Amino acid sequence: MNWRGVWALYKFEMHRFRRTLWTGLAVPVITTSLYFIVFGSAIGSRINEIDGVEYGAFIVPGLMMLSLFTESIFNASFGIHMPRFTGTIYEILSAPLSAFETVLGYVGAATTKSMTVALVIFATAHLFVDVRLEHPVWMLAYLTLVAVTFCLFGFLVGIWAKGFEQLQVIPLLVVTPLTFLGGTFYSIDMLPEPWRTVTMFNPVVYLINGFRWTFFGTAEVAVGVSLAATLGFFLACLVAIAWVFRTGYRLKQ
Amino acid sequence: MNGPILSIRGLKKAYASGTEALKSIDLDIARGEIFALLGPNGAGKTTLINIVCGTVTATAGQVLVNGRDWQQDYRYARERIGLVPQELHTDAFEPVLSTVRFSRELFGKTPDRGYIEQLLRDLTLWDKRRTIMKELSGGMKRRVMIAKALAHEPEILFLDEPTAGVDVELRRDMWALVRRLRENGTTIILTTHYIEEAEEMADRVGVIRHGELILVEEKQALMRKLGKKELKLLLSEPLEAVPAQLRDYDLRLGGDGRELTYAFDANSERTGIPSLLTAMREMGIAFKDLDTRQSSLEEIFVELVSEREPGK
Repeated sequence: MNWRGVWALYKFEMHRFRRTLWTGLAVPVITTSLYFIVFGSAIGSRINEIDGVEYGAFIVPGLMMLSLFTESIFNASFGIHMPRFTGTIYEILSAPLSAFETVLGYVGAATTKSMTVALVIFATAHLFVDVRLEHPVWMLAYLTLVAVTFCLFGFLVGIWAKGFEQLQVIPLLVVTPLTFLGGTFYSIDMLPEPWRTVTMFNPVVYLINGFRWTFFGTAEVAVGVSLAATLGFFLACLVAIAWVFRTGYRLKQ
Repeated sequence: MNGPILSIRGLKKAYASGTEALKSIDLDIARGEIFALLGPNGAGKTTLINIVCGTVTATAGQVLVNGRDWQQDYRYARERIGLVPQELHTDAFEPVLSTVRFSRELFGKTPDRGYIEQLLRDLTLWDKRRTIMKELSGGMKRRVMIAKALAHEPEILFLDEPTAGVDVELRRDMWALVRRLRENGTTIILTTHYIEEAEEMADRVGVIRHGELILVEEKQALMRKLGKKELKLLLSEPLEAVPAQLRDYDLRLGGDGRELTYAFDANSERTGIPSLLTAMREMGIAFKDLDTRQSSLEEIFVELVSEREPGK
């Protein structure tokens, strides 16, 4: 195992994050604060409690997930796409690193960044609402699992994308809409039929509900189903990445 | 360790489009030699290097580094190989020192401040160590690429067009560096368009064309074997044309009729020079001066490539 090589990759990626630390953290904090002001205070004050949880607190797990998804995909896709774009990927490919080690370096750094942002949002939320956390260990474990999974997915996006425009396609056109429609700001029980049934086909519903369970101990979808859906996506990403390295798809000629 | 440091066996590369970039290359590289791979654009030089270095996948064949397979023992192989690619691929915002340190650690080597400092000093980069890459000139970036390739102390260094687009001074510096590396035991494989470069530095020369290695030869032996000599005569009086009596000789008239050039095979028992000079004297053609020169590697290369051009 080339731990030193993995550490070098990790440090390199984290160094890039540090260069843009303030914008990297300020943007999600400001965005989340705006969500709390608009949805939590202005609109939320007119909404009753959901499953015994104040509306402002109810949206916290969803907001954390929303940022976690976008940050994970953005950081991981940018991390691998940048060396492909500049050509410095030659050095990674010619180094004594296995596929696992390469992914560990990139995805490890991207996971650290996206989890940092999610936890900063969690801290920011406390400025606006009183959030209770029923299962802190499960919350961290679930946060880590989702972050790693979406970073793996982002890594795939970064390999697939032929240009910087394509990097934005999946997060903006797929993930963000699914997250907004996946119960970030509302309980899916609030939806009328047939939209409630349609929503159940949105995989993000399961991710947000699983995470919400770690906060409030209740969820609209069975926690086991949420966990299975997340693990299923995680495994699918692993299989796809293994295929990428085996075939050299868009990495090697 | 005995045997070649690098053995390439039946290496092929075909793209999905059907283009055959490499057609079964076999090549042994001796430990400590400087091997120059020559060939026109698109001949397959860079593809060959990139396959050995792991950045391009081979369709078939095998590469052995110290007798060990480059895919099964990829860690062993890659730890021993350094690559300076043709293009200047750099991280624009990284300072020189950190990008070179990164390269060393990426290859699993423990940090060594002393070695990195010496390396940067050897490449006259030490004063620029805190400068970010995008602020460096092209020549300086090329030096950083070399420093990065040498950061993990490889036994084999691939230099893909190392002096493409660099000025004469830097080119001379590069040549001096390559010689120093060889003195320290590093095996060097370089591709180049500059025949002068191969002629100056290489121990052996390989010529690749349309994905085929058409010749591998000791540079000196190649020049002896294929080298033609020329005798240049500076005539006392200009001629209008080569006289009919001298048509049996391979003569060229130039310099406003004042330079008569005779091409001959230096390895032949009979060069034809005495008989030519006798014939000229009998015809009353006098000359003021004479000079002989051997054809350069470039001329040999052009001849080789054009000789084997399909349909020619």
